[in-house]
Amino acid sequence: MSREKSFVGNMFHKNGRALGSMGYFALLMLVFLIGAPEAWMRPNLHQSVFVMMPTLIFLTIPLVFLVASGEIDLSFASTYAVAAYVFALLVKAGFDPALCILAGLATGTAIGGLVGTLIVVFRLSSLVASLGVLFLLRGVILLLTNSRSITLLDIDTHWIYPLLVGKFYGFPMQIFWAAIFVTFSYYLFSKHVFGVHIHHVGDNAVSAEQMGINVNAVKIKAFMFVGFGAALGGIFTTLITYTFFPTQGFGYLLLALAAVFVGGTPYWGGLGTIIGAVFGVGVIAYMEIGIVAIGWSGTWRQFFNGLIILLALLGHRLHGERVR
Amino acid sequence: MEPIIELNKVAKRFGGITALSNASLSVNKGEIVGLIGDNGAGKSTLIKTLVGVHSPDDGDIIIRGKKVTNWNALKARESGIETVFQDRALCPQQSIVWNIFMGKELRYPFGFIREKEQIREANRLIREIGFTSELINADSPVGNLSGGERQGVAIARAIYNNAELIILDEPTNNLSLNETQKVFDFVLNVKKSNRSVLFIGHNIYHVYDISDRFVILDRGEVVHQINKEDIGTPEELMKIMRDTIKSH
Repeated sequence: MSREKSFVGNMFHKNGRALGSMGYFALLMLVFLIGAPEAWMRPNLHQSVFVMMPTLIFLTIPLVFLVASGEIDLSFASTYAVAAYVFALLVKAGFDPALCILAGLATGTAIGGLVGTLIVVFRLSSLVASLGVLFLLRGVILLLTNSRSITLLDIDTHWIYPLLVGKFYGFPMQIFWAAIFVTFSYYLFSKHVFGVHIHHVGDNAVSAEQMGINVNAVKIKAFMFVGFGAALGGIFTTLITYTFFPTQGFGYLLLALAAVFVGGTPYWGGLGTIIGAVFGVGVIAYMEIGIVAIGWSGTWRQFFNGLIILLALLGHRLHGERVR
Repeated sequence: MEPIIELNKVAKRFGGITALSNASLSVNKGEIVGLIGDNGAGKSTLIKTLVGVHSPDDGDIIIRGKKVTNWNALKARESGIETVFQDRALCPQQSIVWNIFMGKELRYPFGFIREKEQIREANRLIREIGFTSELINADSPVGNLSGGERQGVAIARAIYNNAELIILDEPTNNLSLNETQKVFDFVLNVKKSNRSVLFIGHNIYHVYDISDRFVILDRGEVVHQINKEDIGTPEELMKIMRDTIKSH
């Protein structure tokens, strides 16, 4: 093995998964471009993707942290609605919307913290426990709202509305917020002590503990970040649609999880990629909207979603077995 | 002689099983202490309690004359105790540099990592230890390393912080002769700089060669302590060990 080869090998080990999901995204774009050039050229196809993508990014990126730490969370899809509900309720009650956003974000973060504490302290399976919380919180929302939605018609008169979801030279503002979120998360994940500890805890929790890392605290923080991301997603969607509705967020459950794994983060912990996840979100968002845009029936959507998940997994397999 | 660390009648139970019942020992400055005992004698439990991975159910841990409370792994490292665990406590999917600085990352304010400095230091350390081949650099994932090289990474981590006491739990397990010699050289270097080592092993010959004093552990109890000056050969140490365990 030459020195160059090992350098390339290290590069691949570090970035292969991100490059892989970038490849899938490019491939998907190519398929759409060749398959339906007219639909692809239409700006409103991309516009609807741009509406969906930021929300999906807010949900997916924190999940990369959590999955890399060796845990999973399904409850975020309901936390999304709880945070949006708190936000909508407080706005209706006449509070300043900017404060209501903060309250919604705090709610989401707190729920994440509670779920994480429950799982970590009682050593529950995060998959099953968060599935329980997913239903429980959705149940609470349905009971509290009596299955009725809340409309916030005047919300766009407040200064926060154009700042968060207005238009900037034709581009929806949420794209910029999502970009800031991605940049922040990238540095947090790979250049900050928190992200480094996430990797260690997910890779080998026993080793991390022996080296003085507070494994439980790291995991709970990751759950809190997922709750925060879910709240962001819920609040942005509520702002964009002027409406809180009680089933909000449920549709994103599997899409966000799919984006994590299509994005190249393996399920076993210790590894993850933020850039990869962004392309994963791109693949999922374009798949959702593109199929219909190129004139196929919407009934094909799930089929292709499934296909791309399997193909992506097979592709990421090339990045090698888990090293132990 | 001034002890760096003392354990005073420490007990540790897991459920109904008593892993340690009456463990007392101390390590002095500049001393190499060999901890020996049969498989299942409680050597690893003793170490893990000493360095705060397990919290003791009873007894005291005394660092430089001061009794400690809420002892944990981070506090142990902060008070100058580094451990090379039997399983080496590495994260195989992470790079060498991340493993060397695991839990004690070099930080800027707000917790961002001093990446360049870490890489420079890690490259220096792995060359200094001499365990690794030229091909390996600080960015290589630990999972690609051989057993000896992994041990080198674990040792590099232990020496980076200029620890006053380095604990080595079965450090020569699964190592080649050449690698074992490197571990010995390392231990003697630590002693030369007037720092201390607690060396755990079940190969009596390895422990005998480098230790100044021996502590014999049996079924969770420290049953005998003896200086190297008072015995002549490893066989004699073996006999003492057999006798104390039998009479116990």
